[in-house]
Amino acid sequence: MYLTQYLLLAAVLFCIGVYGVLTRRNGVMVLMSIELILNAVNINMVAFGVFNHVDGQAQVGGAVFALFIIAVAAAEVGVGLAIVLLIYRNRQSIDVSEASLMKG
Amino acid sequence: MTEFLNDWGITVLVFLPLVGALLMMFIPAKDEESHKLIALLTTVATALVGIALFSEFDFDRTADLQFDVNTSWISVVNANYHVAIDGMSLPLIALTLLVVPLVIIYSWNHIPDPGNAKMFLMLILVLHTGMLGSFVAQDIVLFFVFFEVVLLPMYFMIGVWGGPDRLYASIKFFLYTLFGSALMLVAFLALYWNTGSQTFDMQELASLVAERDIPLGTQVLIFGGMFLGFGIKVPMFPFHTWLPDAHTQAPTQGSVILAAVLLKLGTYGFVRIAIPILPEAAVEWAPWIGLLAVIGIIYGALGCLAQTDMKRLIAFSSVAHMGYVMLGIATLTPFGINAAIFGMVAHGLITGMLFFIAGSVKDRYHTLEIKRLGGLLVQAPKMGWILGFCTMASLGLPGLAGFWGEFPAILAAYNPADGVSTSLFRVYMVIAAIGTVFAAGYLLWLLQRTAFGTPSDEFADDPEITDMNMTEWIAWTPFLVLIVLFGFVPGIIFDITDGAVVESLKTLAR
Amino acid sequence: MSVFSSATSIFAAAASDESFQPSDWLFENVWIVPAIMLASFVYILLFGKTFPGKDRVHFVGLTAISAALAISLLTAFTWITQYEGEQGDHSAQTSAFVDPSIVTAVDADEEGDKAKDSSRGCLAESNVVGDLRASDDEYALGSLLLNDIGSAELAVDAGEDGKGAGHIKAKPVVRCLEWFSTGSFGGESATGDTLKFHIGTIADGQSIMMLVVVTFISFLVHLYSTEYVKGDRRYVHYYAFLSLFTASMLFMVLSSSTLQLIVGWELVGVCSFGLIGHWWEEKPNSDAALKAFLTNRVGDIGLLVGMIVLFFGAGQTFDIQTINYLAVHGGLSQTTMTVAALCLMTAVMSKSGQFILHTWLPDAMAGPTPVSALIHAATMVVAGVYMIGRLYPVFWFGMSIEGSPINALAFVGALTVVGGGALAFVQNDVKKVLAYSTVSQLGYMVLALGVGAYTAGMFHLFTHAFFKACLFLGAGALSHACHHSFDMKAEMGGLRKRMPVTFATFMIGTLALVGVFPFAGFWSKDEILVGTGGFPSTNANGNYTLLLIMGLIGAAMTAGYMTRVIWLVFFGEYRGHVDPHDPPPVMKYPLIILAGLSVVTGFLNFPADWFGGLGSRFGLKFEQWVEPPRGDTFPVITHGDSNFLLAVIASAVGVASAALVWTYYQKLYAKDPSATEVTEGLRSKNKLAAGGYALLENKYYLDDLYQGGIADPMKGPIARAAYWLNQNVIDEVVNTAGRTSAMLGRFVYRYIDQGAIDGSVNLSGTSASESGGLLRKVQTGRVRNYASLMFGAAALLAAVFILAI
Repeated sequence: MYLTQYLLLAAVLFCIGVYGVLTRRNGVMVLMSIELILNAVNINMVAFGVFNHVDGQAQVGGAVFALFIIAVAAAEVGVGLAIVLLIYRNRQSIDVSEASLMKG
Repeated sequence: MTEFLNDWGITVLVFLPLVGALLMMFIPAKDEESHKLIALLTTVATALVGIALFSEFDFDRTADLQFDVNTSWISVVNANYHVAIDGMSLPLIALTLLVVPLVIIYSWNHIPDPGNAKMFLMLILVLHTGMLGSFVAQDIVLFFVFFEVVLLPMYFMIGVWGGPDRLYASIKFFLYTLFGSALMLVAFLALYWNTGSQTFDMQELASLVAERDIPLGTQVLIFGGMFLGFGIKVPMFPFHTWLPDAHTQAPTQGSVILAAVLLKLGTYGFVRIAIPILPEAAVEWAPWIGLLAVIGIIYGALGCLAQTDMKRLIAFSSVAHMGYVMLGIATLTPFGINAAIFGMVAHGLITGMLFFIAGSVKDRYHTLEIKRLGGLLVQAPKMGWILGFCTMASLGLPGLAGFWGEFPAILAAYNPADGVSTSLFRVYMVIAAIGTVFAAGYLLWLLQRTAFGTPSDEFADDPEITDMNMTEWIAWTPFLVLIVLFGFVPGIIFDITDGAVVESLKTLAR
Repeated sequence: MSVFSSATSIFAAAASDESFQPSDWLFENVWIVPAIMLASFVYILLFGKTFPGKDRVHFVGLTAISAALAISLLTAFTWITQYEGEQGDHSAQTSAFVDPSIVTAVDADEEGDKAKDSSRGCLAESNVVGDLRASDDEYALGSLLLNDIGSAELAVDAGEDGKGAGHIKAKPVVRCLEWFSTGSFGGESATGDTLKFHIGTIADGQSIMMLVVVTFISFLVHLYSTEYVKGDRRYVHYYAFLSLFTASMLFMVLSSSTLQLIVGWELVGVCSFGLIGHWWEEKPNSDAALKAFLTNRVGDIGLLVGMIVLFFGAGQTFDIQTINYLAVHGGLSQTTMTVAALCLMTAVMSKSGQFILHTWLPDAMAGPTPVSALIHAATMVVAGVYMIGRLYPVFWFGMSIEGSPINALAFVGALTVVGGGALAFVQNDVKKVLAYSTVSQLGYMVLALGVGAYTAGMFHLFTHAFFKACLFLGAGALSHACHHSFDMKAEMGGLRKRMPVTFATFMIGTLALVGVFPFAGFWSKDEILVGTGGFPSTNANGNYTLLLIMGLIGAAMTAGYMTRVIWLVFFGEYRGHVDPHDPPPVMKYPLIILAGLSVVTGFLNFPADWFGGLGSRFGLKFEQWVEPPRGDTFPVITHGDSNFLLAVIASAVGVASAALVWTYYQKLYAKDPSATEVTEGLRSKNKLAAGGYALLENKYYLDDLYQGGIADPMKGPIARAAYWLNQNVIDEVVNTAGRTSAMLGRFVYRYIDQGAIDGSVNLSGTSASESGGLLRKVQTGRVRNYASLMFGAAALLAAVFILAI
């Protein structure tokens, strides 16, 4: 097994996620795409952790980071869904291209 | 009394109008009558102070600075509060003291739109202080301050109470003059540094310049700065274009003050500051000043012939008349400068009067377009004759004041001071003499088209067109009397100015 | 001083006439005369409208002018008495030569002491200046040379001529007061010398003669006007102006300095303006007034410049006697005098209606007729002639009159005689004929002065005043009777029987004008012709033969056009529509008085060799009374010898011309009694004649030239061009400067201040949001955009990392 294979997988996953975030107008789909991105990161983390030997010993740091990210992602999805829900309530739509509240 | 006048006379004279203006601040704007009264009383009181000063003035030694007050003011730069009167400034102070109360009397029932007598009269009073201050200042920083104080009230008078194009005119007036003053200030500072930065006092500067041996080139440059500052104010060709606009748009009172006094600040600056302090540079500049003066004479006259608006015509005539004054100054001879000062007073009285008439015509006809006027003599005979009288005075008829500003200036040009090209000035003399024909031409043409003939149908039965009213009589009579008086007894002014003028040119003779 | 006075004493004694100093309270106080008239003017001006019954305002003017006339006559009488008295004394005492450098009043009483001092002061001081001038070598040399010639001349004069021998001339009485003083001019004078300007009076033959003429004609005109202008719309103004005019004319006449002369000169011009434009409601009248004033102003350029040249030439003084004295004694350089004389000649040309500046004078007839008589015929228009006389030495030397065949002044005069006379032939308006006749006669006066016949010129001025006033007032009477028209062809004819008094007086005036023996004009014109020296053995100052011929042609023309007037007005058939009759007494008596004077005044100066012994006893009185002593402040001129043959020739030419015109009209009358001109005359047959007529009819096209060539372009294109220049060039520079700085300001504000400086600190506050204009476009608020940006940026960074590492 090579590290490169994991990294390629992660990269593909990341790109799919990015594609999803940029093209999907549906808020839920965007959130899901973000999950893809995060999980691509997780794969990287774990892969680096496993392949990075110090004194012939694999490290757990990567796996720990991945766990943190999973936890934060869960929270983020929770908040994100709540926002999407509120947007739907206000606008009867979850099309993100219509939501430009971030404009100063 | 004498002691008080010696120590405080001039200060009271200069700042009394300001006190009046302060007093008016505390009275509500609605009470117009008391505003008029206060303004009138203030100016009359100022004039009385002036009369008291003149009665104490020693006319046997007009060359000396009298009622001299010299105290430290801005000690960091050695600028002093130095005020005094001598024969050169006295006629102009007297003119100012006369004109302003009469303008206020005229304002009694001629407050221009949009009203607000309070502000209007307060501005006139501030203007009064500025003008008097400029004429008494003997320190160039002090002079500069007063010179600038004059600007602002005039700017507002034109900008607020002016004609339809008032904003353009007022900004042009303000910026143009300010532009000149800026260069003038540079010149003053250059003078200050070059003389060893000891003083801003006019007389001390004059002797310092002579002592210090400043290179002629530097002197010429410094003179150039002053020339622009004063020349714009005069106004000399080709810096005159602010004048017709300012005059045309200004309310009558503004025009009168502008013509009668403000323009004289420029010429006064030449004879009081520029020439005595920098005599050698003056000799270098004289041919150019003379040239611009005679161009102004002919050019102003041609400009007049092209006008269709009475007030604008009178404004343009100022360019021509101030050309004679500047020609007299450019000769750098006592005779020429005496003539110039006479010319200033005469022009103040005559052109001031013409603007008064133009204002009154406008009140009655609501237009100053020459084509539509005519037959003033039929509808308002007295005013028509006064217009005739003033045009005669303005074209330099002997026996009236205008002549003594014009003819002696032409005479002086025959024989300018040493070092100034005589043949060149003789050419100027002939051109200036030809200018008198033009002057007669445009003024009589104006008279013919406005006063002679019969009124047009448009105004034939207009009940608003009445002859002179009381305030006009009161405001105008002193002008008319003085025009005749100075015409027959020119010595009144020549005797006063002569000593001071000769004294001021002593630096030139060295 | 020494050079100067020695030169004077050596030669002056030889060259000068003997002279004495007349003195009288009146001579020193002649200023009273103009003062009375001025007072009258002020009174009428202030109280005229409220005068009890404003139709009677003429009482004020009449009273004043009567007083002025009385004083003038008294002054003249005193002058003559003193002169004649002195002649008697003179036979007893041989020499009455007085130091010529002091020309001043000798005061009998203590009161006069002041006057004496001031007049001495006035002249003594300027003589000091003169000394300075003369002590200059060049001037002293000039002085010697000139006096040399002068003395040689006089030797001939006194030896052969004998006229003036045995007479001692009266010196002018000068009185001046300091008017004002100012600092002087550059050079040494800048040290504080003061220039003093004087105002004063000169009483001498010339000014007293003029005083009498002006007050006398003015008096008659005042009287005449009470009827003529009765009920006029501006009766009060009319009388006010008459008074002012008389006052300023007298002021000018009496002036002792050229400055004062300028003042008076211009003041009469204004009065003339006011009176020509008296009926200013009609545009032609005010046009004529403007034209008169402006034409005079053109001449005034010459006056101003000429006086200035003299002022400096004479060592900075305006004093007339000093200038004259210096001119006679070589204190003025030839160039100065020539330039001054030429400049002053321009002034004369405009004021005295000389060719080519005469065009205003006929137009000036737009004023009321009595005014035309007073101002535009008898008094004001001769101001120029008077001025030449006043400064005669300047003209004498400046124009080099002596011994010359031609000079500018005389030529202009002669040209005016002929040119003006020719124009008089084609006028249909009786006043216009008289106006051109005035032009022509003024030409005679200038011609006379130009050829050195001073007395003849002054004498013609004197006689002309009476007969021309007579003719003008007569024309006024005609118009008064004929429906206020002056048209000879349409409204007159055959008035001889209807208006006998007018006819008689007009006829006398005409005879005097034409110069028929023994009427006034005969004597004065004859003297002028003699004075030209063109006729053999007249022994005058020069040999102006050409000018003599022109003068004779002028005489023929005068006779011709006046005959035409007489025929058209008084003979033939009446062509008008009203019933004309003689005017009422106040108009009639002035006519009669003037006609009487037109007959007799000529005898004041008949030649010494006429009428046997009478001539040497009573002849040449005018000359003796009026001409100043020669050689002091007056050049040593020669008087021509009168010539009987010349007088005959001049008369014959006139008679022939008159006869020719008369025959023409007689023939015409025989054909058709109401005709005024031949229908198929020379004009329709001959091209040259037609062209000549057109030239005359259009007044030599001078008016068109002035109007079309000068006035209109000035008023129109040139003025507009100048104004265009002003608005579009000079002002445009200002405006462009203003606009450019405003633009520059905006640029600086927007791009430098707000863009660069402020933009660079946009991390903070509102300035950040202002400057974020560009970034705002990015900030769409859409998360997707942000994300794409973020990813794009990340990719970019990644690329950078990869490439960099």
